[in-house]
Amino acid sequence: MTRLFAALLALFLAAGTAFAVNPDEVLDDPALEARARNLSAELRCMVCQNQSIDDSNAELAKDLRILVRERLKAGDTDEQVIDYVVSRYGEFVLLKPRFSARTLLLWGMPVMLLVIGATVVVVQLRKRPRAAAVTELTAEEKAKLEAILKQPPASD
Amino acid sequence: MIVELGHFLLVLALVASLVQSTLPVAGTLRRNSQLMDLASSGALIVFLLVVMAYSALTWAYASSDFSVINVWENSHSQMPMIYKISGVWGNHEGSMMLWLLILVFFTALVAIFGGNLPKSLKSNVLVVQGWIATAFLLFILVTSNPFTRASAVMGPVPPPAEGRDLNPVLQDFGLAVHPPLLYLGYVGFSVCFSFAIAALIDKRIDAAWARWVRPWALLAWTFLTLGIAMGSYWAYYELGWGGWWFWDPVENASFMPWLIGTALLHSALVMEKREALKIWTILLSILAFSLSLLGTFLVRSGVLTSVHAFASDPSRGVFILVILSIFIGGAFSLFALRAPSLTQGGLFQPVSREGSLVLNNLILVVATGAVLTGTLYPMLLEALTGEKISVGAPFFNLAFGWLMVPLFIVLPFGPLLAWKRGDLAGASRKLATAFVISLALGLVVWIATGNAPMVAAVGLIAGFFLVFGALTDLWIRASFLKVGFATGLKRLAGLPRSAIGTMLAHFGVGITVLGVVIVSTWSTEHILEMKPGEKTDVDGYTVVFDRETRGQGPNYSEEVAHFTVFKGERQVAETNSAKRVYTARQMPTTEAGIMTFGFSQLYVSIGDPTGDGKLVVRIWWKPWILFIWGGAVLMAIGGFVSLSDRRLRVGAPARRAQGTPRPAAGAA
Repeated sequence: MTRLFAALLALFLAAGTAFAVNPDEVLDDPALEARARNLSAELRCMVCQNQSIDDSNAELAKDLRILVRERLKAGDTDEQVIDYVVSRYGEFVLLKPRFSARTLLLWGMPVMLLVIGATVVVVQLRKRPRAAAVTELTAEEKAKLEAILKQPPASD
Repeated sequence: MIVELGHFLLVLALVASLVQSTLPVAGTLRRNSQLMDLASSGALIVFLLVVMAYSALTWAYASSDFSVINVWENSHSQMPMIYKISGVWGNHEGSMMLWLLILVFFTALVAIFGGNLPKSLKSNVLVVQGWIATAFLLFILVTSNPFTRASAVMGPVPPPAEGRDLNPVLQDFGLAVHPPLLYLGYVGFSVCFSFAIAALIDKRIDAAWARWVRPWALLAWTFLTLGIAMGSYWAYYELGWGGWWFWDPVENASFMPWLIGTALLHSALVMEKREALKIWTILLSILAFSLSLLGTFLVRSGVLTSVHAFASDPSRGVFILVILSIFIGGAFSLFALRAPSLTQGGLFQPVSREGSLVLNNLILVVATGAVLTGTLYPMLLEALTGEKISVGAPFFNLAFGWLMVPLFIVLPFGPLLAWKRGDLAGASRKLATAFVISLALGLVVWIATGNAPMVAAVGLIAGFFLVFGALTDLWIRASFLKVGFATGLKRLAGLPRSAIGTMLAHFGVGITVLGVVIVSTWSTEHILEMKPGEKTDVDGYTVVFDRETRGQGPNYSEEVAHFTVFKGERQVAETNSAKRVYTARQMPTTEAGIMTFGFSQLYVSIGDPTGDGKLVVRIWWKPWILFIWGGAVLMAIGGFVSLSDRRLRVGAPARRAQGTPRPAAGAA
């Protein structure tokens, strides 16, 4: 399956000349650069198939990477950068969609499945009669059991 | 001529497949064993016909017959022979042929090795396999014929002198092994599906059924594990930036059947040993292959590229969608009809081997649901409302990652709990040592490396706990302390293969988890501009960019950068990274230079020249990365070891009925 995926990626490799983050883009301040990288991993390369701008070599991705770094240098917080990029490019740019009415089912599904699944399991376990409660052995039975256990095991 | 013969054989296969999937039904209804036997001979004939048709296509590729459109579009006369042959499945039509070939291969295996099955069950299984084969034969013949000649479409034109070449990214050994392995897994689940349908039709669902199905599930699962791991490693070295998992829809398409397949392996175990979870096991058998079909739809319909691309040329997509609806819809309808009549099996307490396997199933199924939702959500939302959103790696890491934590913590307890009624306190005591060691190791590594995130510590502890939990299981079974070392070893050697397989697979999960956590947390990246002769320090190694040379491959030209790596004064490795341009398509690719140190790798990949004689160079230090795939290989080895267990071999139930019952040795 990755075959097709790889082939698709190759199409984009052919499209751009740049190659993901270039040395000239890297910020001097390592802390700021680290934040830029983290933000880039959350932003989609709009012209690519499921690639973040951090991984992509498309021109548009490069523009976005530079934009993110410019905003960070201007003193924006991470949220402000994201808000700014979303205001310009729309929600589509976020690889992790925000929680909203539209994405209610997306975020709710794992939780819902877990709750439903757990409920079904519990109900099923309760509905069926419990495995017969273990009753203590009588003294006589215990003695018998010990006698059996002491015997050498029959060869297998 | 051979090409036309291939096409004709495929049509014959369709006819034979129709016979295989209809007449035996009358046989089971009338208890006519001759008609039922038709299923087996039909399956074998279809297999032979498809093998010959497939060979004809391969011959067209090997001999570079560019009058065939499919060959012309995806091959090149200068390509090495291995890529000509693997190039057969490097395109839509050919990969559907491979899909079909593997489907009928599994059908033939059932026909050959299913001698111990009740006649009607075997016949029904083969009939259902026949339905699937018929559907896909029709799909290939109607929408995706690989044998079409250019002259048949464009009139009498001379055949092109040269092909358009295979996509350069696919000209790799990875293409030779990844798709066949993946399909062996993916399509292998069809057998479980057919067994489920046959059982529902027959209304005979018992422990024996689970015993027959489990080897098939195990076989498919093992190949799928290898296929996914292989694909991941291929993407890692081929795409040139060191990523190994992208949560791409195409990857998810193979990962979901794997998750459900894993759940199926475990629930079939409960059904086989305890006759419990019958309905659930049947459901998982149906689900695993349904997700394989869904994956085929996602990958083959073009719907992934965009919803609009699908809408503009829907013929293939709609065809698969119809196949999908008929099989999945039909299976679930039958399931809904028959499931309520299934009798309830063995009883068990919540704390028991069964209980832990139920928990395993719950988490795996929810995880699959999360991946499925994330994969389909953007498409469905856009189709329904026109709104576009993206769901990518950050979503999946969060939704999937956190579901795995409880699974990994519970996993080591499972094999230590008894069937029916387990002793949680006892299991905890047994695992206490393993847990303390894991906690200590995890915390030490986490603290020693400084500012790693909290998640890393959780991941490390979970990974170590899986590893030591699996070892604890062996330790207890050998009881070295009680019986001494020599006897302990003898005990280990005498363990059923299935128990050893379980241990290996669980150990492998731990190894993979450790690899994932360590690489995600501590890999470093160095992006720089280098001139020949310059060097740079990377995590204790010195990487020297020696020189740049030009080279010429059979169907590409390349610029090769040569690097040597020093540890202190000593040279420890050398490698090349290259930028290639493939002549026919004028498409550039990057060949990464990868050096292995223990389980870690240095990954060097060159970028573009900067103009002043320098070259953009990217170097990654990937600590313990081989653990990621090594763990998967261990899981697969566990699968094979378990498959070699005497008790799983075909015919085991019959033997068990007459032979001496072996002491119940536990897990498989």
